[in-house]
Amino acid sequence: MHAFEYANPTTLKDALALLGNRWGDADVLAGGTDILSLMKDEVYVSKRLVNIKNIKELGGISMSRGALRIGAGATLEQLIENAEIRKSFPSLAAAARGVASPQIRNIGTVGGDLCQRPRCWYYRGGNGLLAKGANGRPLVPNGENKYHAIFGHEGGAYFVSPSSLGPALVALDAKIKLASASGTREVEAAKFFVAPASDTARETALLPNEIVTEILVPAGMRNATYEVREKQALDWPLATASVALQMKGNSVASAKVVLGHVAPTPWLAAAAGQALSGKSLSDSTIAEAADAAVQGAKPLSQNKYKVQLARVAVKRALTEIARGRA
Amino acid sequence: MPNYNWPPQGQRRLMGKRLSRLDGIEKASGYAKYASDLNPPNLLHGALLTAPHAHCRVTSIDVSEAKAMQGVTSVRVIAPAGTEIQWRGAEVAAVSATSETIALDALKKIKVQYEVLPHLVKEEDLKKAGPRAKAAGEQLTGDPDQGFKEADVVVEGYYGIPVITHCCLEPHGQVVEWKSDAVNMFPSTQNVTGIGGDLAKALELPATQVRVQMNHIGGGFGSKFVSDRWGIEAAHMSKESGGRPVKLFLDRETELTIAGVRPSCFGKVKLGAKKDGTITTWESDTWATGGHGGGGSPPIPYVFTNIPNQRKAHSAVSINAGGVRAWRAPNHQQACFMTDCALEDLAAKLNMDPLDVFAKNADLTPRPEVYRNQLRQAAELMDWKKKWHPRGQSGSGTLKRGLGVAIHTWQGGGHDSKAICRINPDGTVEVELGSQDLGTGTRTAIAIVAAETLGLPLNAIRVKIGDNQYPPSGASGGSTTIGGVSASTRKASVNSLEKLFAAVAPSLGAQADQLEAVDGRIQVKGQASKNLTWKAACNKLGATSIAEMGENERRNPGSLISAGVGGVQMAEVEVDTETGIVRMIKSVAVQDCGTVVNLKTAESQVYGGCIMSIAAALLEERVMDEQTGRVLNPDMEFYKLSGIGDIGEIVVKMNMEKEYDDRGVIGLGEPAAIGLNAAIGNAVANAIGVRVSNAPFTPDRVLAALEGRTA
Repeated sequence: MHAFEYANPTTLKDALALLGNRWGDADVLAGGTDILSLMKDEVYVSKRLVNIKNIKELGGISMSRGALRIGAGATLEQLIENAEIRKSFPSLAAAARGVASPQIRNIGTVGGDLCQRPRCWYYRGGNGLLAKGANGRPLVPNGENKYHAIFGHEGGAYFVSPSSLGPALVALDAKIKLASASGTREVEAAKFFVAPASDTARETALLPNEIVTEILVPAGMRNATYEVREKQALDWPLATASVALQMKGNSVASAKVVLGHVAPTPWLAAAAGQALSGKSLSDSTIAEAADAAVQGAKPLSQNKYKVQLARVAVKRALTEIARGRA
Repeated sequence: MPNYNWPPQGQRRLMGKRLSRLDGIEKASGYAKYASDLNPPNLLHGALLTAPHAHCRVTSIDVSEAKAMQGVTSVRVIAPAGTEIQWRGAEVAAVSATSETIALDALKKIKVQYEVLPHLVKEEDLKKAGPRAKAAGEQLTGDPDQGFKEADVVVEGYYGIPVITHCCLEPHGQVVEWKSDAVNMFPSTQNVTGIGGDLAKALELPATQVRVQMNHIGGGFGSKFVSDRWGIEAAHMSKESGGRPVKLFLDRETELTIAGVRPSCFGKVKLGAKKDGTITTWESDTWATGGHGGGGSPPIPYVFTNIPNQRKAHSAVSINAGGVRAWRAPNHQQACFMTDCALEDLAAKLNMDPLDVFAKNADLTPRPEVYRNQLRQAAELMDWKKKWHPRGQSGSGTLKRGLGVAIHTWQGGGHDSKAICRINPDGTVEVELGSQDLGTGTRTAIAIVAAETLGLPLNAIRVKIGDNQYPPSGASGGSTTIGGVSASTRKASVNSLEKLFAAVAPSLGAQADQLEAVDGRIQVKGQASKNLTWKAACNKLGATSIAEMGENERRNPGSLISAGVGGVQMAEVEVDTETGIVRMIKSVAVQDCGTVVNLKTAESQVYGGCIMSIAAALLEERVMDEQTGRVLNPDMEFYKLSGIGDIGEIVVKMNMEKEYDDRGVIGLGEPAAIGLNAAIGNAVANAIGVRVSNAPFTPDRVLAALEGRTA
């Protein structure tokens, strides 16, 4: 591990002043569950870590004017324990509950969940974000790809977005607020996540001099998340689906279906949303939406099964809503 | 000769009861010190530079820059120029330094050039192995061609079980110091008595000059017997650093890459049988790898060894990956998987309950009555007759339940062991032997045997193990420890007690052979009122302690211990046929281990064995990448082990009936970890109606198998 400078500001302003214009000059340290292991493995090197855990304004979860505000520094456990989230945003609570272990949920933050780096074993093993071999050829398509992407890998990013909250936030039309020394900006959750086109690019719209400060989630949609995981705890999902429905009486006015862990970003399955629009939820409309969600999937040599898992995740998330469980 | 026999079963006060382990609180509270917890004064930190290629030759190595670094006390070249390296992760150089950070930084200053050579790291597809697969000669018994011709039914299947690692929570390593003429070693080892001699040989020292001490070990499972390259280099680095202690433990990646694996096994098995399920003919064509040395030849057909007609072919595949080490019941889990999955497939083809097929063919095993009895008992505990259904007939819902069974065996005879039982004039008692407690409860078992023998409470015995200055005791491998140490402790305790009887007989007005030790007293048999308290009796010794030896000789074990056990394990699973996720509902393990010393830790052994088997069946595999030659999951993230939520209910029954108890003490660790892997595979097949050929039964494999059925 390379030596690094550790800064411990208590205000957002001070923290932003400590960031740089290039990745690696300075990075944000929140829960630290990801960046420290990346640095220990020397997959990533940073000259300065800016601890933001002591910045009070980054914390807190509250409802105001029909929208949920989640401070980026709130822990995943705080998210799960929040009564309002459990009641009105079961999709977020379920997604957070699936993360790793109580220890990690108690220290890991909402902002960290969005900004963590991919778990691709080639990336973590030192082959770069796009996982290329010595000859420059991508390793994933010809290698061990059972956990890799089935959508959105045409640009060469074969990893899957590791964010648990991302798909739920995209489905719920959330906005993500970013701050830099020169001001703030709001990005739609759907545009926050991007598939990088090079090893040095990032998986989010966040710039090196910015910090995620809060997430704003509009209320009023029925929502649910379903995860398929091999282990009950301490395991990454194989596929997830987050759904958010604007209801009009018994029928769906509009729907967003977002798949997780199947693409380098949370994957908006637009066709699934369209399939539900104007219909009521029944076994057959749900099945149609689930089939539509995986249309156009491009599985790799070892991950065709993930198409089925994504389909089932959509079906089960929608079924939870149909049965009034979410 | 004194009577060493165990007291009759009904008269035992401690043996066979459920007793908590003596070091339980120490371990659960974190107070117990493992070798990796030791940080003596002046400690230096060692680190290894390992090879980045699966197959390569070192063309040059330059350590001068590393040597010149401040804080670096020693740099050693392990693989000099010209060395051919056969797996990624192999040791190339080692450094010691005043801090871990400096040691790791120093590794980066070592300049090594490699000529990269072609590699093979995957063996599942035998066709790709080419000349690296070495076929052993075909083995023939009876007339398999005729056997298949006469068979009423023939069933053929393909089965596979991958390479897995030991994944010891405490990685391999040690603290070691080499001062002038003596070496003190604090290893994480299964071999306290033997590892000193092993290190001494490597260091060209007399064995007397290596002292070994270890109180606790964080898992070994068969992978920690020798001093290893990292132990030897750490000792040299200590010497080169003026005798300061050097701590060198493998990091997790290196641990999972080079510290040992269980070999794989893949292949075809064909069975011929009569209509009633009696197996007449076996044919198998299998291959396996245990790393560069090839290796892994499972004893098949497993347990059903007396199938009259057999043809067997096996190839060992050499790959460029870290090598095999004994993994809890070496070769048995694989053999059980290949055999018992085939038996279940035969039962399904015959439309028979596999329980009946296993019971019928018990005649082909060395202990038909034991297995039939255990099958009956396990079936009762599983409620098998009520729950079982023919393969695939598991209802119309998405979630399908199924049952599976497997049977296993192990020798588990006691190893060579010598113990001293010391009775001191103040009444204190010490038992000394150069054994080790792998977490199995050996320390507690020794105390139980001594306390039972001396008529004392458990806490009256001070057990001294984990030091090679104590009388020699064998390595803890192959489930040999409990037999060895219980017999040596029993004999030492009886021998010492006889000396005590002789010393106190005159004051009780009796002959020594009329005395007995009961409830903390020495008393005259039949005249309990004529007695001395234990302490008063010991006071009669004057100034000199009694210290008698007891010995277990592996080749001449006597009546205290025995070898050869049977066990039956059953699994009930629930398969989500939409996701392919297999969930454990219940496991049942019925296990014979002869005389049970401590029922609680015996059951714990079986629980542990079941949990390891569940992980192996559902989650574990070492994933190799042919392109980079690397282990892709040398971590606790994608090298998946089962957690509490994954294991379901586990029901354990130890066979303690008289006919088992009469046999004497037999080892237990290995057999407990064999059958369930195959039983789970069989339960999955029973649930979903189709065989998932390869373990672990992950969603990709389960869904592919289901798709194959409906396609």
